Amino acid sequence: MYPSRFKYESPTSVEAAIALLDAGKGDAKILAGGQSLVPMLKLRFAFPDQIVDINNIAGLNYHRFDADGSLHIGALCRHEDLEFSAEITKRQPTIAAAAPLVADPIVRARGTFVGSVCHADPQGDWAATMIALGGHLVVQGPKGKRTIEMKDFVLGPYANSLNYNEIAIEAVIPAPQGVARGGYLKLERRVGDFATASVAVSLDMSGDTVLRAGIALAGVGGKTIDANAEASGLVGQKLTEANIDKVAAAVAAKAEPRTDHRGSSDYKRQIIKTFVKRILIAQASQKAA
Amino acid sequence: MSLDEVKIGGLGASRRRVEDNRFIRGKGNYVDDIVLPGMLHMEILRSPVAHARIKSIDTSAAWDMPGVRLVLTGEMMAARNLAWMPTLSYDTAAVLATDKVRFQGQEVCAVIADDPYIAKDACGKIVVDYEILPAIVNPVQAAAPDAIAIRDDKADQVGNKVFDWEIGDKARTDKAFADADLVSKVELHYPRTHPSPIECCGAIADFDRATGKLTFYVTSQAPHIVRAAVALVAELPEQQIRVVSPDIGGGFGNKVPVYPGYVISILASILTEKPVKWIEDKTGNLISTGFGRDVYLKGEMALRKDGKILGVRMNTISDHGAFFADAQPSKFKIGLMHSAFACYDIPTAHMFATGYYTNKAPGGVAYRCSFRVTEAMFFQERMVHAAADDLGMDQAEFRRVNFVKDDDFPHRTAFGFLTDSGQYEKCLNVGMEAINYKNFAKEQEDARKRGKLLGIGISTMTEPLGAGNSREYDILGIKMFDSAELRVHMTGKALLRTGAKSQGQGHETTWAQIVAHELGIPAEDIVVEEGDTDTAPFGMGTYASRSTPVAGAAISMAARKVRAKARKIAAHLLEVSEEDIEWELGRFYVRSNSERGVTIQDCAMAAYSNMPDGMEPGLENTAYYDPPNLTWPFAAYFCKVEVDAETGVWDVLQFVAVDDCGVRINPMIVEGQIMGGLTEAYAMANMQYQTYDEEGNCIGSNYMDFLLPTAWETPGFELYEVVTPCPHHPIGAKGVGECATVAGPAAFVNAVVNAVSHTGVRNIDMPLMPNRVYEALTTGKDVYGMPPVRSGN
Amino acid sequence: MSSLYEEIAPTPSDGTPVRRITVNVNGTDRTLDVEPRLLLADLLRQGLDLTGTHKGCDTSNCGACTVLVGGRPAKSCTMLAVQADGKEVQTVEGLATPSELHPIQEGFKQEHGLQCGFCTPGMMMAAKALLERNPDPTEDEIRWALSGNLCRCTGYQNIVKSVIWAAKKMRAESN
Repeated sequence: MYPSRFKYESPTSVEAAIALLDAGKGDAKILAGGQSLVPMLKLRFAFPDQIVDINNIAGLNYHRFDADGSLHIGALCRHEDLEFSAEITKRQPTIAAAAPLVADPIVRARGTFVGSVCHADPQGDWAATMIALGGHLVVQGPKGKRTIEMKDFVLGPYANSLNYNEIAIEAVIPAPQGVARGGYLKLERRVGDFATASVAVSLDMSGDTVLRAGIALAGVGGKTIDANAEASGLVGQKLTEANIDKVAAAVAAKAEPRTDHRGSSDYKRQIIKTFVKRILIAQASQKAA
Repeated sequence: MSLDEVKIGGLGASRRRVEDNRFIRGKGNYVDDIVLPGMLHMEILRSPVAHARIKSIDTSAAWDMPGVRLVLTGEMMAARNLAWMPTLSYDTAAVLATDKVRFQGQEVCAVIADDPYIAKDACGKIVVDYEILPAIVNPVQAAAPDAIAIRDDKADQVGNKVFDWEIGDKARTDKAFADADLVSKVELHYPRTHPSPIECCGAIADFDRATGKLTFYVTSQAPHIVRAAVALVAELPEQQIRVVSPDIGGGFGNKVPVYPGYVISILASILTEKPVKWIEDKTGNLISTGFGRDVYLKGEMALRKDGKILGVRMNTISDHGAFFADAQPSKFKIGLMHSAFACYDIPTAHMFATGYYTNKAPGGVAYRCSFRVTEAMFFQERMVHAAADDLGMDQAEFRRVNFVKDDDFPHRTAFGFLTDSGQYEKCLNVGMEAINYKNFAKEQEDARKRGKLLGIGISTMTEPLGAGNSREYDILGIKMFDSAELRVHMTGKALLRTGAKSQGQGHETTWAQIVAHELGIPAEDIVVEEGDTDTAPFGMGTYASRSTPVAGAAISMAARKVRAKARKIAAHLLEVSEEDIEWELGRFYVRSNSERGVTIQDCAMAAYSNMPDGMEPGLENTAYYDPPNLTWPFAAYFCKVEVDAETGVWDVLQFVAVDDCGVRINPMIVEGQIMGGLTEAYAMANMQYQTYDEEGNCIGSNYMDFLLPTAWETPGFELYEVVTPCPHHPIGAKGVGECATVAGPAAFVNAVVNAVSHTGVRNIDMPLMPNRVYEALTTGKDVYGMPPVRSGN
Repeated sequence: MSSLYEEIAPTPSDGTPVRRITVNVNGTDRTLDVEPRLLLADLLRQGLDLTGTHKGCDTSNCGACTVLVGGRPAKSCTMLAVQADGKEVQTVEGLATPSELHPIQEGFKQEHGLQCGFCTPGMMMAAKALLERNPDPTEDEIRWALSGNLCRCTGYQNIVKSVIWAAKKMRAESN
């Protein structure tokens, strides 16, 4: 109910934040939206020696499309900024579909996209979305910036490949080849529940033909499931009932669900298969704009 | 010249609520809002394990923390004879554990500190050495011959059985079954759930050593019961105990029992000589306070082939947790489970009921249950649904054939209750019309052809509300009357105090409406107070929908006593004899000359300034009301659902609720109660449950796992009203607060079962989570019991 | 400077640092010294005697503690008080003016949108955030926007009606 004691700093630059992380030798935690960290502090599942609050660092609260069509999401971009963005709705349908389903509306007002990705929750919506979209993170440490591809970023439940003295400052979603299509479906028993299973589908289309396909799953394994290889079976094809069924079955087989009180592993695979199909069928029935 | 009753806020007025004025401003006065000078804060250390011997407790590091004032252990409580306390069911419950812990979350130590943060820190420093014992997590395990004894603290306890209980006519019922054309059988589990009001339980104990008085602020639906319990347990003189239940953030039966935290905080205040505040957290509330349900049923119905029910057998097994702490009338071990089938004309019935201890939190009777009537009516309507299907008969028709008819009242039910009023068929017809029942069979068939699964479910019941008459109803020997004290001031305004305690039901608004009805004083001129045992007349509190039936009647009777005195004053003012006086709302007048009259306000002034000779001044009275019978509201609910065949997700397409709760004091408030209850019914049907793994770890101990529906999932409800007044209640009102939780769940379950019935499935136990519905749909097999839990998950 | 910090922060020992913060609460600057671990909900309730914001759970699910920070809704139990330094916080106590209730408050009373009142402040603050972003929401949009606020008493149907009532009044007043 109440956190244990910690030291607290609120730096005003990325460099100052990195210096604090560096000095903390692994016992300092970044506080961005706090919608995952503060609950863990209160339950005393996390008890860092120091909290480094990055909310007062200017210039991190943005999301923008560059001229090349890539989407850049700053470390302090809140979930609801993406949910309410008309441009995101138009140009990044997978993100637009996932954003309203993250946690609940109050959490979305403070929680951040980048923070959520870094939290590496196996249920996390954004990690799955990033993998399906082939995104990467820009991280900064004492020695400067580097990029980490999303598929290399999540190591396991709540474990990412950041060094203790690095901050993720931006998420980048590459420009789509052609028109970005896709969707996100999540089975949750109520708003804010842990997902029983979620599916992120991202397609880059030229007319009726798929140029690139990415699929990732949340809630059906120890970490986000990368099903991009299974999705790639759609590349160069049109979406037909036959190849939709085939991909849906392959993706469901890739999932690693556990039987628990939300359902058996067979049931969760059935949800994955159904959701992949439904998203792809919805794309197939839309005509290119 | 008579006043317009609705305009002055009498019966039938949807008066806007008085209590809202403070709540919408954030000026409510809940227990955690109260701050007393020098107040300390208490945190409870709870057992992480379900069943274990306590080998040692080391509190030294906690004592050493700056800001810690007191650390209490079971041993320290035992030295003061406070380690155990009596429950409301004549058992004992631990206050702080001494020999063993018997459920996960049980109270082990308490830290009292300057600040709740420090108290929490200090709890983290206490070291308890547990020797883990096998955990018993269901009645089957509890009943096993080699099962470990949970209550080895009780000298006369053999095994883990709490009680055997029986009611009805076994021989006659056996004969009915022998003569039956068809016997319909069901096995059901009503899973454990929790009332979970948003506000947790808490208290502030303030013992004043100088005066010897204990002031005890507490989240209680029954402050007088708390005063009685404290007098017994803490052995403080009753006149020196003042219990104050201020604003309560929801009760639903969770705030009836007396919890260990209450007793510990009182002792802590006595020892520290300071006020001590204890507010539990949500996990503490979910894992240790009074849960609801957890009952298994084997039910059988003897049927004639024309659809007449010839007899009913019920065999229930209930899971009471580690202590038998049910808050229910003492004569009935399984509450009013035997109210089942009250709306049907059945010649004979028989019930066996057995209760067991398990390594779980104590309780069972809670959550808007009317004393286990939620279980009774859920079992009833699931049995009725199965029977109609087994007979191949339409669901509505089967009910119609078996309903008690309008002119059959008073009616003695098969289990011995006396129902007195109802128009069951009318309610059924109103609902069928509203949901377009006649066309549904075709709609369902057409939809199935298109791969869509529609289903419709009906739930009808009458239930006993308003416990209860002193012949049969008591809690710990105290009879279940209720009370009202009405004082009219000289300017004709009034103060009303009752022994009830609102937790959101709107008593400050509705009780004034009863007085307005009886006396013609505008409701806005009447202030209502509840909850302070120093000023409120004795009452058994508000739960089990008893307040309108009992306290409401007391209010009416007190007001009538006041009116009787006012009549004498009126006669005096009008200089006629009392026989010549007539009454209309708000006014006495001379029968032979109706222009000559005096208002009730005139009489009030006269009571202080112009009394008749020999009459005591003042205009006030008190009534204690022993209800002659329970009241019998009726509900007919219809639910239409669509099941997604690929995922098992089901959506409510339409929900029609027809309620007959007699005369409605405030229609707006009645509808609010029904919608709230229907939402809780939906929650239980869909997602809201607690279960335990084989080690006794509670799944559903916080709001991530214990699921309450949000505004998004919750369906809309269409409400309809039929009015059959209660023949014995002074204003014809019946209880209503729990009708929706009682009748609701079966409507949802019957609908989903109907949607998948083409597969041969007859039952899916709650919660009907999508995976369970999908399992039923794809296997054609019933889904029975709790969702499986993997330990260590 | 308020002397209230002595009430709300535990006496620091071993040089546990406190931090001086200034929070604008319902239009008034308040300056206090607080421990970093103090939750914003507790700062409001204990430090500033604004007990209208309620605490209902321990896993950030119920939303009873919802306030507005910089005009956006926040669960005050899931924020540290130090994070509100330099920010504007609005609580239920700041909804009404000295002479008038806010239309949302009126709407909840008119349409019976509350029973026990415990979820109500958080529910109203979330509704305010919605109406400021979307002055004419549909029933679905209202239910979606309030899906982070749990209620046990009302069944939500009258809460939706209360917000619709308030939205209508607010649109009329702004015309």
